[in-house]
Amino acid sequence: MSLENTQKNRLAIGGRIDRSRALSFTFNGKRYSGFLGDTLASALLANGVDVVGRSFKYSRPRGIMTAGAEEPNAIVQLGHGAATIPNLRATQVALYDGLEARSVNGWPNVNFDLTRIFSLFGRLMPPGFYYKTFMGPKKLWMFYEHFIRKGAGLGRAPTVRDPDIYDRINQHCDVLVVGAGPAGLAAALAAARTGARVIIADEQEEFGGSLLASDVNIDGKAAAHWLAVTLAELAKFETVTMLPRSTVFGYYDHNFLTIAERCSDHIALTNDKAARQRIHRVRAREVVLACGAIERPLVFAACDVPGVMLAGAVSTYINRYAVTPGKGLILFTNNDRAYETALHWHASGRQVVAVVDSRHNPQGDLVQKAAAKGVKVLTGHAVIEVLGGKRVKGAMVAPLSADGSKLTGQAKALQCDTIASSGGWNPVVHLSSHTGAKPIWDEEIIGFRPGKSTQAERSVGAAAGTYDTASCLAEGDASGVQAAINCGHSAVATSYNVTGETAAGPAQALFLLPHGKPTSRAPYQFVDYQLDVTAAGIELAAREGYTSVEHVKRYTAMGFGTDQGKLGNINGMAILARKLNQTIAETGTTIFRPSYTPTTFGTIAGRDVGELFDSARFTAVQHWHEQAGAKFEDVGQWKRPWYFPKTGEDMDDAVGRECLAVRNHVGILDASTLGKIDIQGPDAAEFLNRVYTNAYLKLAPGKCRYGVMLGEDGMIFDDGVTACLGENHYLMFTTTGGAAGVLNWLEIWHQTEWPELKVYFTSVTDHWTTATVTGPNARKVIAKVCSDIDLDGDAFKFMDWRDGTVSGVKARVFRISFTGELSYEVNVPAHYGRHVWEKLIEAGAEFGITPYGTETMHVLRAEKGFIIVGQDTDGSVTPYDMNMAWVVSSKKSFSFLGKRSLDRSDCTRTMRKQLVGLKTMDPLDVLPEGAQIVNERNAPIPAAMQGHVTSSYYSACLERSIALAVVKGGLDRLGEQVFCPLADGRVIAAEIVSSVFYDPSGARQNV
Amino acid sequence: MGRYSVFSLMKNALSYHENWQAAWHSPKPKKHYDVIIIGGGGHGLATAYYLAKEHGITNVAVVEKGYLGGGNTARNTTIIRSNYLWDEASQLYELSMKLWEGLSQELNFNVMFSQRGVLNLGHSLQDMRDIARRVNANRLNGIDGEVLGVAEIQKIVPLLNCSPTSRYPVLGASWQPRGGTARHDAVAWGYARAAAAMGVDLIQQCEVSGIRTSAGKVVGVETSQGFIGAPKVGCVVAGNSGVVAAMAGMRLPIESRPLQAMVSEPLKPCLDTVVMSNAVHGYISQSDKGDLVIGAGVDQYNGYGQRGSFHVIEHTMQAICELFPAFSRVRMNRQWGGIVDTCPDACPIVSKTSVQGLFFNCGWGTGGFKATPGSGYVFADTVAHDRPHPLAEAFTIDRFTSGALIDEHGAAGVAH
Amino acid sequence: MLKIHCPYCDEQREEEEFSYSGEAHISRPLDPGALSDADWADYLFFRKNTRGWHHEMWQHSAGCRRYFNVTRHTVTYEIFESYPMGTTPKALPKGDAR
Repeated sequence: MSLENTQKNRLAIGGRIDRSRALSFTFNGKRYSGFLGDTLASALLANGVDVVGRSFKYSRPRGIMTAGAEEPNAIVQLGHGAATIPNLRATQVALYDGLEARSVNGWPNVNFDLTRIFSLFGRLMPPGFYYKTFMGPKKLWMFYEHFIRKGAGLGRAPTVRDPDIYDRINQHCDVLVVGAGPAGLAAALAAARTGARVIIADEQEEFGGSLLASDVNIDGKAAAHWLAVTLAELAKFETVTMLPRSTVFGYYDHNFLTIAERCSDHIALTNDKAARQRIHRVRAREVVLACGAIERPLVFAACDVPGVMLAGAVSTYINRYAVTPGKGLILFTNNDRAYETALHWHASGRQVVAVVDSRHNPQGDLVQKAAAKGVKVLTGHAVIEVLGGKRVKGAMVAPLSADGSKLTGQAKALQCDTIASSGGWNPVVHLSSHTGAKPIWDEEIIGFRPGKSTQAERSVGAAAGTYDTASCLAEGDASGVQAAINCGHSAVATSYNVTGETAAGPAQALFLLPHGKPTSRAPYQFVDYQLDVTAAGIELAAREGYTSVEHVKRYTAMGFGTDQGKLGNINGMAILARKLNQTIAETGTTIFRPSYTPTTFGTIAGRDVGELFDSARFTAVQHWHEQAGAKFEDVGQWKRPWYFPKTGEDMDDAVGRECLAVRNHVGILDASTLGKIDIQGPDAAEFLNRVYTNAYLKLAPGKCRYGVMLGEDGMIFDDGVTACLGENHYLMFTTTGGAAGVLNWLEIWHQTEWPELKVYFTSVTDHWTTATVTGPNARKVIAKVCSDIDLDGDAFKFMDWRDGTVSGVKARVFRISFTGELSYEVNVPAHYGRHVWEKLIEAGAEFGITPYGTETMHVLRAEKGFIIVGQDTDGSVTPYDMNMAWVVSSKKSFSFLGKRSLDRSDCTRTMRKQLVGLKTMDPLDVLPEGAQIVNERNAPIPAAMQGHVTSSYYSACLERSIALAVVKGGLDRLGEQVFCPLADGRVIAAEIVSSVFYDPSGARQNV
Repeated sequence: MGRYSVFSLMKNALSYHENWQAAWHSPKPKKHYDVIIIGGGGHGLATAYYLAKEHGITNVAVVEKGYLGGGNTARNTTIIRSNYLWDEASQLYELSMKLWEGLSQELNFNVMFSQRGVLNLGHSLQDMRDIARRVNANRLNGIDGEVLGVAEIQKIVPLLNCSPTSRYPVLGASWQPRGGTARHDAVAWGYARAAAAMGVDLIQQCEVSGIRTSAGKVVGVETSQGFIGAPKVGCVVAGNSGVVAAMAGMRLPIESRPLQAMVSEPLKPCLDTVVMSNAVHGYISQSDKGDLVIGAGVDQYNGYGQRGSFHVIEHTMQAICELFPAFSRVRMNRQWGGIVDTCPDACPIVSKTSVQGLFFNCGWGTGGFKATPGSGYVFADTVAHDRPHPLAEAFTIDRFTSGALIDEHGAAGVAH
Repeated sequence: MLKIHCPYCDEQREEEEFSYSGEAHISRPLDPGALSDADWADYLFFRKNTRGWHHEMWQHSAGCRRYFNVTRHTVTYEIFESYPMGTTPKALPKGDAR
């Protein structure tokens, strides 16, 4: 197939496409061709594809309306399978060979859409109709909703894991320039020449903005020439980063901006070599917003028929892509600048049927120029309705009163296939608005200007309502100079000499055109195309009392589409203002939010997904555990051995075996994850005395003490053993999960309240490997690997610690016990951890040493009634609730943290929940953890709950189940029977008992 | 007030929708009311509605500094559930749930309450203990709930990453089938319309600048539309509770922080339920329009700026991509922030104050939307009878003095 | 995302390096036991929660780990100054800093 045959709208010459690189693509299953440099939209227009989608509510056929980020209609799904991408705008999709695209709505297809039948009921679907219906019968809403949901949505999400990766870069610069049109380039150049570090980003495929299709000369050369020279100069600076295909999508506090760079989307669907997209997190000292303006269409009946386009977009397609998207054009405008489109169309050799100008006496140079070319200009007229269904067939044109409010004569039909519409321009105030700056309505430019911002930024060029190239260059240059000066650079201004520019006369503030019928009865006059919001809908919202612009938005859904109201919102506000007899300034605008254009989730997530989602922490003995077949449990970021199953064992078997080994022989636990904080200084003891509930002033070197920490609210916050390592030197053990929080806790009190205390804290958790050797044979095991500590029970007592050597490694050995057995916690520098661990295993072999994990640790400590903070406590229990009055010193002169709260009325009342043990009546019944406790077997619902089971296990040693629970007034209720009703309908009876099930006298750990 | 129905819709369609009545009017304030409610959000409007409906107090003004439902009512992620841990909280939220279940019919305004179920995922053994504890407590309080295993979860949410090798594998979940979502704006509008129909004045663009008291009693409020008198004033101003409290010379145990949320572009149905994960820090549902609605965590600092920090958005997206690896190619359309008033125990304050006739309803933190009907119901009762509604007794401001906090986040409660 | 000056490191760093720690200049009562429950509650829980310029504590948690104070506007999020623990803030700016 020759090009002429498929690309009927492609001009023979011109444009910035590479005609030597023909590309083949499919749209809705049909094959087409285009060129490198095309967007999907320009290629579809070149091929004469009219209908690219169907509208959301009424299933109306829709065509390409724009050439950029504001496109509401040409929403496509690219590719298929894992790499498919939903909801892309064809106007922003660079064409590549083999691209597959399809429309997101329409069934069976966009040209023959049976869902169009819904549009017959369109009159029954005014804004908010669903608030007024589907209410009865009550149960049926979910039934209706099922069909509403089915009809909603645009594209389809992939259903399998994303094959691509996404990068993240942190950037710092002096000046970030957003937009690489004339203003942005002039700003970047001015700043770069001062030596400032500059980043310039633009969302389009290439830099240049309006210069890519401009007729003016700059400094005597064509705009395109100036563009090329400027880009070449910028590229030479090492201090300049140029980012095409990069959308600045968010402007956050303190000049933090986010840029989504599309690294490979212009080449293929996925990138198997590098990141598909990349986020730049930029901290800029100064920001220049040169992000341009978006043209505003005029609102008239059936203005959504394919073939109605923005005037500027038509020019863009002709000049940049060499595509004239029709044969006969009517240009409908309220301003001079749009006349350029008629001239471009005319120059492309196709017919301009007429320029319809709402103004009665337009005088500008462009108007004269058009007339001089023989273009028919109908002044004081308006297009009030479009003829045609799947393509424009003509326009109803009628004379208009000077103020644009009513028709003054009969409408007549003019034939055409394209209507270019221009109602003026809206500066892109979005990024400025992200910072909290409120846009300001300006009657002069008939648009919102950026408001006052608290950030170091300035808007220039079209983004500030300046539309001629000369002023854009001048503003850009001045802003670049000022930004660089603000960064401490010295700069001089550059002046540009622009020729060939045509001065524009005054435009008319005009938004919604009158129709022969009132708005409520006229054919749909579309404002928000994607969501089928009409002028009548906006007026209806106002009639129903939804008069705030935010109410109108929310009631009609205006601006909630993927174009976020870029095309229609200002028109909508103007229509609302007129309905309410207000000015637009009084009506106000809505606040724009990030993202400027939609941003890929993966790009925002960056590399922190999958196994990099969160760091995993391992002890030095990890590989040994893996080789021993351990199952692991996540505890915070740590991976801890949970249990060590032998072949054929399930968890219960393994844990039972491990428990019995500890109780009868000896076991070994990797306790390295316990938090460890080294505390030094002359006031260390005083400090400990203030943060723990019990006394620390008299703890002697060589001794250890268990302590509990409370929040200032009196609730248990952490617990652990602190050892006195020497004079003014302590080592504090914390819970595994609490380590970081405890360090913060110590630091904040020290630094903010007691800076006079001389004390220093260092986290040493990772410095040490801790191997807990526990069980009746523990001493024998340690004796084999340690010869320089007197292990005799009288010399090295329970709650003592000693320096020594274990397997040749300097070690600290602590006689503390979480199992209730004779225990030695061997601490060695982590580098030697695995070595010492293996030596301990070797030494213990003859005594049956058994590695055990967290589950066995939990069972053993529960047998002893030792609590685990965070499992048996939940932030709402005091030491008294935990039956640990013994750990609270009432004698300390300093009011330790949390002490005062313990005296509050709620903390001293009776019937607080207290820690007790539970024994099930059937010893083989193991209560599920989290079971709730009630007083009666058949308690009626709602039941008065007495507490809940916090820990529960089968104890192999006791040959029965045991549980810890918190029960209202539990300590006074020992011997009472209570009941646990379970979700499966069983009710398990249990007796309240002491929380210590095993060796209540503590004899075994103290030998 | 004309009733809404499919018939009224057809009738109005015949007249081109030119004859719909306003859902409410915007009167000038009268000099004096029996009750003034400060704050025209969902909670304030619901309070006014129940004052009129349940207590016959119709001489009520709702004064709103912006537009109705423009605060957190307009900014939340619309999740509704009642599976709170502690009896006090769960009973209050369950009252709300029961009101939700008949709300569209009661208000004659479809609030699109959609009971598509809420899953709270567990990723650690402690998560699962907490889930079991909460579900057991809920069931004994008469609230629906189940603990689900991984296979059941996968059936309900096919796109969820249930791989045992993921960084924090899903180990199970709690499941509240009656939970779901509603159309947030519609709730405010429905209450507004129904309250206005009973005679409540809804006064928008009316900012309160002072609370006038005399001899320890409230006498009215100073506003941008002048002084308005009333012997009872209820403050329901989430996001500004501290500011309004300061007008009465009070401080509250509240800090206001940004809470961010975001939506994707609309997609065809791909997620039928609400999925929440506290451990991985993200929650997500799909709206009827097809957007994925995603909630982030609370920003660390105090802020009234209705915007937060970007790294919070990043962490949320990482969580969502971790839970739903297929959504990585979907795009975020819009992101915003609300201001949440958080109490130290993540439970609200519904309370009388030291000033007679002045009442506060605040501190709902991240859980306010789901509570809207129940909050309005108990607060109206509290204001009408000048004593806490029985279900609000545990939520008075005195609990911070006595220590009787209801620690929903310290315990197994889920934060949102 | 805030950019915060650590007065000890004397560097502007990203918010991600810092942890917020609440309202500044709240002293722990020297004799808690002498306080009424209401006064103790006031210290524990009740906050100014200022809308406007706010003195607040931050910790350079991923840096020098020291606590310091920041004067920040809670609506615009502008930071007026950061100052070491134990020092007094400068007079507050009127309105916004810029």
